Amino acid sequence: MRPPFALVMAWRESRGSRRRLALYLSSVSLGVAALVAINSFRANVTASVHAQARTLLGADLELRSRSPFPDSVETVLDSLHRSGAPLARVTSFASMALASRTGRTRLVDVRAVTGGFPFYGAIATTPSGQWAGFRGRRAVLVDPAVLVYLDVAQGDTLQIGDARFVIAGVVTDAPGDVALWSAIGPRVYLPAEYLDETHLLRFGSLAQYRVYFQLPEDAVQRFLNRHNKLLQRYQVASETVAEQEEDLTRDLGRLARYLGLVGLIALLLGGLGVGSAVNVFVLDKLDSAALLRCLGARQRTVLTVYLLQAIALGLVGAGAGVVLGVIVQAALPAVLGGFLPLDVSVRLQWSTILAGLGIGAGTAALFALLPLLQLREVSPLRVLRRELDLGPGARAARPWRLAVYGAMLAGLVGLARWQAPRPIVGYAFAVAVLVSTAALWLTAKGLIWATRRWFPRRASYVVRQGIANLFRPQNQTVAVVLAIGFGVFLITTLYVVQRSLIDQIALDARPDRPNLVFFDIQVDEKDSITRMLGARGVRPIDLTPIVPARMARVNGRPVDSLAADSSRRRSPWALHREYRNTYRDTLVSSERLTAGSWWRAARRPGELPRISVEQDLAAEAGLRVGDRVTWNVQGVPVETRVASLRQVSWARFQPNFFVVFEPGVLERAPQTFVVMARSEAPVARAELQRDVTLAYPNVASLDLTLVQHTLDGVVSKVTLAIRFMALFSIASGLVILIGALTASRLQRVREAVLLKTLGASGGQVRRIFLTEYCAWGSLAALTGVLLAGAAGWAVMTRLFELPFRLPALPLLAVWFAVCALVVAVGLAHSRAVVRGTPLALWRALSE
Amino acid sequence: MIEALDLEQTYQSGGRPLTVLRQINLAIAPREFVAVMGPSGSGKTTLLGLLAGLDRPTRGTIRLDGTDLGPLSEDARARLRAEKVGFVFQTFQLMPTLTAIENVLVPIELRGRAARNGHAARERAQRLLERVGLGERLDHYPIQLSGGEQQRVGLARAFAAEPRILLADEPTGSLDAETGREVIDLLVELNRDAGTTLVLVTHDPALAARARRVIRLSAGTIVSDTRAEPA
Repeated sequence: MRPPFALVMAWRESRGSRRRLALYLSSVSLGVAALVAINSFRANVTASVHAQARTLLGADLELRSRSPFPDSVETVLDSLHRSGAPLARVTSFASMALASRTGRTRLVDVRAVTGGFPFYGAIATTPSGQWAGFRGRRAVLVDPAVLVYLDVAQGDTLQIGDARFVIAGVVTDAPGDVALWSAIGPRVYLPAEYLDETHLLRFGSLAQYRVYFQLPEDAVQRFLNRHNKLLQRYQVASETVAEQEEDLTRDLGRLARYLGLVGLIALLLGGLGVGSAVNVFVLDKLDSAALLRCLGARQRTVLTVYLLQAIALGLVGAGAGVVLGVIVQAALPAVLGGFLPLDVSVRLQWSTILAGLGIGAGTAALFALLPLLQLREVSPLRVLRRELDLGPGARAARPWRLAVYGAMLAGLVGLARWQAPRPIVGYAFAVAVLVSTAALWLTAKGLIWATRRWFPRRASYVVRQGIANLFRPQNQTVAVVLAIGFGVFLITTLYVVQRSLIDQIALDARPDRPNLVFFDIQVDEKDSITRMLGARGVRPIDLTPIVPARMARVNGRPVDSLAADSSRRRSPWALHREYRNTYRDTLVSSERLTAGSWWRAARRPGELPRISVEQDLAAEAGLRVGDRVTWNVQGVPVETRVASLRQVSWARFQPNFFVVFEPGVLERAPQTFVVMARSEAPVARAELQRDVTLAYPNVASLDLTLVQHTLDGVVSKVTLAIRFMALFSIASGLVILIGALTASRLQRVREAVLLKTLGASGGQVRRIFLTEYCAWGSLAALTGVLLAGAAGWAVMTRLFELPFRLPALPLLAVWFAVCALVVAVGLAHSRAVVRGTPLALWRALSE
Repeated sequence: MIEALDLEQTYQSGGRPLTVLRQINLAIAPREFVAVMGPSGSGKTTLLGLLAGLDRPTRGTIRLDGTDLGPLSEDARARLRAEKVGFVFQTFQLMPTLTAIENVLVPIELRGRAARNGHAARERAQRLLERVGLGERLDHYPIQLSGGEQQRVGLARAFAAEPRILLADEPTGSLDAETGREVIDLLVELNRDAGTTLVLVTHDPALAARARRVIRLSAGTIVSDTRAEPA
């Protein structure tokens, strides 16, 4: 059978331009690479989680509670244990660790371990084998970070509460642990038999009690079914291997999907690059298309001839992207390392690869279709009167264009929906892309218009010619500026937000703000600690009581029955959680009243005690001003009335509360205190922390500068992943830049030859191009930075409700870097143009 | 004014050497009007390019207004062109991003800041454009001009820097007969007024007939060099 004419013709017609066209269509490569990498990674994470699920939990069943298990639960656990199921316990809480030799202190995450935990997998230590051996003596195993913070080594002594332990070694790998956490609360494992010696777990300490069982799968389900009611009543949460696998797969999958959306932007930018480059290609092919039509080809055939070329080369571009994506995938565990509780094994995922090929070729074809439609409309008469009609081809018929726009929109929404963790996120993403593309396009257009409007007429010829080049016929200035601008926009927005957040903490460290926090202070320690601070000239800035309580009833109805109530939406979390409430007579600077009124006047006799609830929590719990809330304060019921709702700026570093009581209600309830203080010298702060820890081992303290440092590290890790994906956008922008340079190569050669013939030196020609690339880079950088500033402002003031400050110097650096990049790529690309002799170039042109 | 001694030019074409010009000897006096004729591929354009120093000959010597081009660097030859040589091209070769007057200003501006002297240069460019009949179209872009108009901008540009030598490559090749004649009339007129040495490559016998001297090339060598009697 003979292949159809269009196919044969497409192959032959592409002879002269295959390489050039392949370059244009490789704009999609980077986007495909980003998607293939992140989606393969997601599949690999799922597979790895499945393979390691038992190891990740370390057991078949985990039960956990915020308070010690009550006797009724203990009885059930005991009987299960006696029936032959191995049991282990891990009790964890935050506490100060004090290094005896160096005198340094650090808030750590203490984990007291009993039994054979983990039942599956192993905790790796240095020196090896310490996990089995460190128990039974007064020894601890610590995160490597602890050694660094406290400046100690194996064999040194660590004081935790009232007990002292020898550091037996470091834990290098604990399955199920996320590296990011160790920056916040580095772990210290100690044998549970010595837990009591620390005298730490007192009233008000935030501890987590966990019990682990090794059980056959059906026994796990039987146990849970049988004791479900009991566990619920005492708010004991359970986690099985299957649940753990499901949770991890979902959470990590969601993370990967969000990152995939960033990759999708690179793909869309690539599509834009294809469209813009094919537009130039089409202008070259108008004559061939006219000739084909002249010789009797139908419109459809002509379009098919060129569309087939686009699809075939789009496949080539996508193929290159797939290969790159598979390579990049290997780098992802390093980038995402901070979030991963497990080792992800890298394997080829065929479904992802096929999807990548399809998506890449599809994107290339769709974006190529719009300019290719011009070929469909080309008049056969063009062959005869070519010199009279050198303008672009007729615009495609409206229905055709609308159909292509429709297909592009459907493609965008479909892709976003497919990649997004939830459909609504996908749609929101599609809208966000459309809006930001429109904004970038308008900004780019505006800047280009402004450049033309305020053209530097007085500048030297070289500069004027370079800038005038932005407007040469068939220029792709808008496409280049848009694509690179998008990448700059993404990366700069991240940077601006990150910077502002960290600045905010630095701002909180101003002279009038506290920089030292002491918490878990018991009632009987409050006065002596205040005196101790005073004796050292440290003024406590703030003393805040904390009263743990749970909601018992709302408007007289028990919270258990409210959760099922359909008249108002109430989240079980808000109804059942343990609240840490406070009482005071004034609003603080991070708060603003949004409804009701504050308690200025004293309570009238017979009136219920008044509380103020944070507005988002009030919405979650379905509370309104005037509602009656009965609290269970350590077994004592306290009935209150919601008097006001508050908006709270949580990002401020100060104790903030969901619920504030009016004074005169909770003073006698069991409570702990938080003291905020300020001490200028770092050494004095360290000494103060050490001495408080020595005198009151249960009191934990935090140096704010350390928190700032830690947060900096955490935010950097979070943004690193996004930034990594955003790099694909910048790279796509550069590919588009190269495409645009290639497309205009002929024009550039012509200009260079002409200028040299007229007497321009190589240096002059080079400076003209330099100006042009600099202008490109500046416009792109400015476009991206302008929008990033706007987006950063919106995120900071609307989402975080914090003041926003534009970091001018770094943005200048962004501008410089982008210009340098564009100029470097541009000059590298035009080397031959500038270098050759005019006559040689002239001959090259006519060949 | 222009001297060529034993000129030879060879290119590598498809891996084999291809000699485009060989044993070219000629001398052109100041103010002379010379037409170079010959069939396609006879080496006319290459000869013109070599005379302008657009490339180095494989062999031989070229002197331009007394300067030997041989030892000059690429940029030094460019400077020499900027000072002494004007060009008219078959395909006009205007910068598409510049207006008519800006195109005319290019050769002046390429000489650098000193030569630019804003006002004087602009006035000169404007006078030249008025002279070629485009006084009303100073700020039009090339795409807004017809072929004949574009070539007239090309003429104004050629004379803008007051060159001593003018090289024209098929200046009427892309124009219809009537427009071509008008352009040539202008070229001859401007040349006479400025006292420039003119070398013109053409296919067109009618055009060649207006020259005082006709050099014919064939397969890279000069086959005849004839002078017309002064009319």
